[in-house]
Amino acid sequence: MNQEEIKACPVIANHIKIALVGQPNVGKSMLINSVSNAHLHVGNFSGVTVDKTEVLFDYKDYHFTVVDLPGTYAFTDYTIEERVTHDYLCAEAYDLIINVVDSTSLEKNLQLTAELMSMSKSIVIALNMDDEAQKENIDINASYMSELMGIPCVKVSAATKSGIEGLLDAVILVKEQGAQEAKLVFSEAVEEEIAGIVNYLTKHKYKAVNSYRNIAINLLKNNKKTYAKLHDDPIWTELQPILIEAAKHVELHHDSDDIKEAFAEEYASFNRGIVTEVVQQEISIEEKTLTEKIDSVLINSYFGIPIFLFFMWGLFQLTFEIGSIPMDWIDAFFGWAGDTIGATIANDDIRSLVVDGLIAGVGAVVLFVPNIIILFIGIALLESTGYMSRVAFLLDGFFHKFGMHGQSFIPLVTGFGCSIPAYMSARILKNDRDRLLTLFIIGFMSCGARLPVYVLFAGAFFAPEMAGNILFIIYISGAILGLIAAKILKLTAFKGADEPFVMEMPKYRLPSIKLIWHTVVTKTMMYLKKAGTFIAAASILIWFLSNYPHSDILETEYASKIEQVATEEEKSLLKNKLAEQLLEQSYLGTIGKFSEPIFEPLGFDWKMSVALQTGLAAKEVVVSTLGVLYALGDDVDEENSSLIQAISKNISFASAIAFIVVIMIYLPCLAASIVFTREAGHIKYFFYLFAFTSIAAYSLAFVAYNVVSFLTH
Amino acid sequence: MNTLNDCKKACKVKVVKLNAPSDLKQRLISFGIMKETLIEVLEYAPAKSTIEVKVGKMRIALRAQEAKLIEVEKI
Repeated sequence: MNQEEIKACPVIANHIKIALVGQPNVGKSMLINSVSNAHLHVGNFSGVTVDKTEVLFDYKDYHFTVVDLPGTYAFTDYTIEERVTHDYLCAEAYDLIINVVDSTSLEKNLQLTAELMSMSKSIVIALNMDDEAQKENIDINASYMSELMGIPCVKVSAATKSGIEGLLDAVILVKEQGAQEAKLVFSEAVEEEIAGIVNYLTKHKYKAVNSYRNIAINLLKNNKKTYAKLHDDPIWTELQPILIEAAKHVELHHDSDDIKEAFAEEYASFNRGIVTEVVQQEISIEEKTLTEKIDSVLINSYFGIPIFLFFMWGLFQLTFEIGSIPMDWIDAFFGWAGDTIGATIANDDIRSLVVDGLIAGVGAVVLFVPNIIILFIGIALLESTGYMSRVAFLLDGFFHKFGMHGQSFIPLVTGFGCSIPAYMSARILKNDRDRLLTLFIIGFMSCGARLPVYVLFAGAFFAPEMAGNILFIIYISGAILGLIAAKILKLTAFKGADEPFVMEMPKYRLPSIKLIWHTVVTKTMMYLKKAGTFIAAASILIWFLSNYPHSDILETEYASKIEQVATEEEKSLLKNKLAEQLLEQSYLGTIGKFSEPIFEPLGFDWKMSVALQTGLAAKEVVVSTLGVLYALGDDVDEENSSLIQAISKNISFASAIAFIVVIMIYLPCLAASIVFTREAGHIKYFFYLFAFTSIAAYSLAFVAYNVVSFLTH
Repeated sequence: MNTLNDCKKACKVKVVKLNAPSDLKQRLISFGIMKETLIEVLEYAPAKSTIEVKVGKMRIALRAQEAKLIEVEKI
């Protein structure tokens, strides 16, 4: 959502614009979903909502616009999310804030609320997860809480969709009647200093929109904007010494040299007071919660990592084993579609365009939809259950050795699905150096689009029962290469201090089937859409480049040769040879031949060289290119119609391994490269990435080719 | 001086002082770790590189390096 769009939506009379604010994992996105039946992706680790998302709906006589802001623990501007939220709340126009809090963890959540209260905006508190609170025997007196804080507090549950109307009614009430000033009470010492400043402001009749108390609090808190405003006012010269004195007193009172720390402690004690007043919890004997029980197994010092590796291995096994079942049907379908549609087209050229270009190209990509679906389900499960944060915990020590951060794990694993969201999720890393380093490494995590290439080659060169293991090895070795690359980069290009690792471990939650279904469907549709548009167009282009220019000389030459031979066998042999020679002198053949010397040391023929180059546009195109190239050369032979067989027949084992190595490492697709450049912040990083990946891919493939050649001879 | 990093699994402590640089201090505070906060050590990652602690109802993962900056006393 860009800035213009937000500004284009004016704050008018029957329009309520709401900023939705809350700490991470309090169910903000889920609340929006149940309020408006919209579908945002709900995650269970910090950093799902990095961009703000806007949702529109109508309720009673009002148009509602809800802006879902990234989850933030406090306004410390520590992470990008915090900055996005803070800037939005300070600078943009909106009617009120809905502060979503987790009812089961009120005290911690109110810490952010206290900061919101000092902003003098209208607030409504949504006491979310009411259903879970009831299960834990937590009883919150919402009306008393509203009275104490001067803010309407409404119990809701996004999961069971209860209390939603009450929340919206409260919002409308605040909009119609205006809000009272929030009652934030500090300790006596601080209240005294505030009163002193307020007195001074009253005496000098300082003109301001906000209340004097609010200004006083912000001055004490060292709020930059309030300072800037008063700095230009003549009263500043007198006010300044008062402020310095007041701040000294507050710091002394808290035995700290940090005013922010002092205020955090003030907020905390205020919140403790509120919680003691309004929350009644049946005191149960402190037994371990379910999350702690699960954690004691899953992040156990001994079993944690083996369990994680087992999950990963299982995921790749499933991807291959279950994914291969519908693949045969899809393969058969496209074969049938090609034959049936081909039979209705009289013109040779057009038939070839449709059957060999379009259907073969798109079919080769659609074939892998089942694998992709399973992989996406796996990643969505990891995200939504909360396991992803545990893995970050388990692996931080390990990652740290390689110069990365435990939280780098989240973008890296997302990279197994698609590099684009992975590049974007790297924003959870605050430190620029850490983020850049992670951005450079993401490409080593093989994305979903590269899966088809691996499946194809694994299927062509290994027994079916081994293919799942091979796939696992490919992914793991990609990850290991990534780590080594990270270490090298950390020691050379990205030297510097480490970012601290402090992260919340969210509660385990049962994944919502609806949400996973939605995520997977969206991502799969995106993949299919790409197959239907971009890849269909690329297939046609490749078909054209590989069919033209026609060579009449070759065709007549072979036509006479074919007539001369007697047996069918010899005829098909000659036809094959013709097709191959035609291909070689086509445009694509020329490009391939031109670049062949570069790739020759890796054992690639010109077809593979071309496939790699088309793969720069999108990795799926590698398979469709191979599909078109080998289908054209092979369609004479009925026995070997499938691409897998064509590949195992035409490519040596060593070249295949080298090919896989290049696919694993070289530059991500065009779209991902664009996102990378945007996230890295400068075009020069793209050229660094290009040089880095090309050199690494080429040299490693060269080594792989020669080692395998040596071993197999 | 006792720091959070010296605590054993399942031990409960009270924060005395945060010796962290300003940035990290703010981060810890936003997670509810400040003076007087009660902390329970839940779990250690392999090689004690990372620890999981419980603050209120929230579970927080910290690196050993950061845990060393949190001065605590036993309760």
